[in-house]
Amino acid sequence: MAGIVIDRIEKTFGTAKALDAVSLTVADGEFVALLGPSGCGKTTLLRIIAGLESRSGGRVLIGDRDVSDLRPADRGLAMVFQNYAVFPHMTVFENVAFGLRTKNAPEEKVRRNVMRAAELLHIEPYLERYPAKLSGGQRQRVAVARALAVEPAVLLMDEPLSNLDALLRLEMRADLKRVLQEAGTTTVYVTHDQTEAMGLADRIAVMHSGRIVQCDTPMTVYAAPATTFVGGFVGSPPMNFVPIRNEDGRARLDGFEATAPGTGELLLGFRGEDVRIDAPERGLSFAVAVAEPMGSHVLLTGTIADKLVRVVAPTGIRVAAGERIGIVPDPERVVWMSPETGAALPRIIS
Amino acid sequence: MNQRILPYLLVAPAVVFLGAFFIVPLVQTIVLSFDGGGTGNALGNYSRMVNDLNFGVSLRNTFMLVLVVVPLQLAMALAMGMMLQKIERGREMVLWIWTIPLGVSDLAAGLVWLALLQNTGYINSALFHLGLLDGPTPWLNSETPVTLFAAIVLAEVWRATAVVLIVIVAGLQTIPKEFGEAAEIFGAKPWRKFTRITLPLLKPSIQSALILRTVLAFEVFAAVYALGGRNFPVLVGEAYTWQNENQNYGVAAAYAVLIMVISLAATLVWLKALRTNPETQA
Repeated sequence: MAGIVIDRIEKTFGTAKALDAVSLTVADGEFVALLGPSGCGKTTLLRIIAGLESRSGGRVLIGDRDVSDLRPADRGLAMVFQNYAVFPHMTVFENVAFGLRTKNAPEEKVRRNVMRAAELLHIEPYLERYPAKLSGGQRQRVAVARALAVEPAVLLMDEPLSNLDALLRLEMRADLKRVLQEAGTTTVYVTHDQTEAMGLADRIAVMHSGRIVQCDTPMTVYAAPATTFVGGFVGSPPMNFVPIRNEDGRARLDGFEATAPGTGELLLGFRGEDVRIDAPERGLSFAVAVAEPMGSHVLLTGTIADKLVRVVAPTGIRVAAGERIGIVPDPERVVWMSPETGAALPRIIS
Repeated sequence: MNQRILPYLLVAPAVVFLGAFFIVPLVQTIVLSFDGGGTGNALGNYSRMVNDLNFGVSLRNTFMLVLVVVPLQLAMALAMGMMLQKIERGREMVLWIWTIPLGVSDLAAGLVWLALLQNTGYINSALFHLGLLDGPTPWLNSETPVTLFAAIVLAEVWRATAVVLIVIVAGLQTIPKEFGEAAEIFGAKPWRKFTRITLPLLKPSIQSALILRTVLAFEVFAAVYALGGRNFPVLVGEAYTWQNENQNYGVAAAYAVLIMVISLAATLVWLKALRTNPETQA
């Protein structure tokens, strides 16, 4: 068991900066998700931690040991790949045993660790089969078992669920959470799927253009995004941002008014579910364009002050496209952003 | 057009072509080899072939060449293919240069090596001028069987390793790089990674390359003929001699059939020895 310290890691490809002095500390036993859109540098960062990719600057420490210049195998970690990378010419048993065999572990230990990992991932019935006979979900279980069998100090996972279909992904996600909680392994998990990051991680590091823009607990990242990018990337539907003017500490738009930080032009951020629907003249004036019944709720898409806004309304609401309604965001849950920098302004406790 | 017969119509020209120019001559050759050669015995041509002075020598020479050249080429192609994997820039260029010998006909290649290696050749002159040789030294006659053999091996390796290389490189490219990375993460050192991951996954390609190369190696002739003439008899050379110099088509046909049987047997050996369980493929 060990924590990870990522210390000002840099990576440049030619003149392009893929990682710009990224620092992150992962505590022993913690599960951190690296979340971001494709091209944000999350996979590159993971591969630098693994030692599969060279770095242009900075250090990686695992358990207080500088591993920056060690071979992947000497870093005390295991990894699960997006396309599983389960060896097709070996039985499931030999796949899971692979890491132990390369370390010349005694046969008894190999057997014990393989059986324990197989049991944890529910793959005991397939141990003597070849991976070609398994489904994608089963192969990914084999890949996770192979990683856990070596009892790694650190487990790295690169989009492990993205090749699975939706239902399987949901099932595997829950299983993964259970397994990793039981194993208590320090985990860094790369994903572009914010629901995966929300559901699995102790903390989420949201990455954008080679930087970590926010690193916090899932609920904080969700409720108090550090930038408009985070608010828009995390959560479904994404957070809404509406330009609003603040005069003498009170921001006003249509029939909505709230105490706000700063002065002048601001962005009012609110989650689609943190609103009350009211009469058109009260609250923000929302022009409904589409109403989609989702079963548990109705998703309304429209505009406020010409900005695209999505809100969640209770099932049974009667709204038609083209109508105007009033939207009142919960003042306790709104965030204020600077329109110039896109960064959050400090909250005012009113 | 009827969808059921269209595919057959489309392959028909190839089938007719192969039938007319491959299967018919093949059958004719087989029939010819059993015509007895005027002895009244169906195996007359074969007994004449086997009792010929050069038969044993050419059989031994051919097998020796195959046994030395093919493993050497496979090992070199694997090494070259693995090196290519590590090259990031200019990889296509290196591959292109390495495969240039494929564009040279085997007789031309033999003549180039003859120009280099004969006693008045470039290498002899160079070594003489450097003071390493006292005078023109023959390497390619019947008194110097070891250097002659080495020269033929050299020419064959130079000429035909690229065929194996291309099959190996194509095979290597089908192996996802994550397999190698996973092996590295889980502690496999380079040699172990090569023997435990790369080689097994490359088995189908190695099999194809070996079949292709072995069959061609048993047909070795032009380069040998250029370098050693009749000082180094090989099976195809004997067939050529019986056909053109002795004008005995029957014995030549017997040689041709023998070479075919050996090639088929070699193919069967590779098919069996390097059989891949379809379950173990990615």
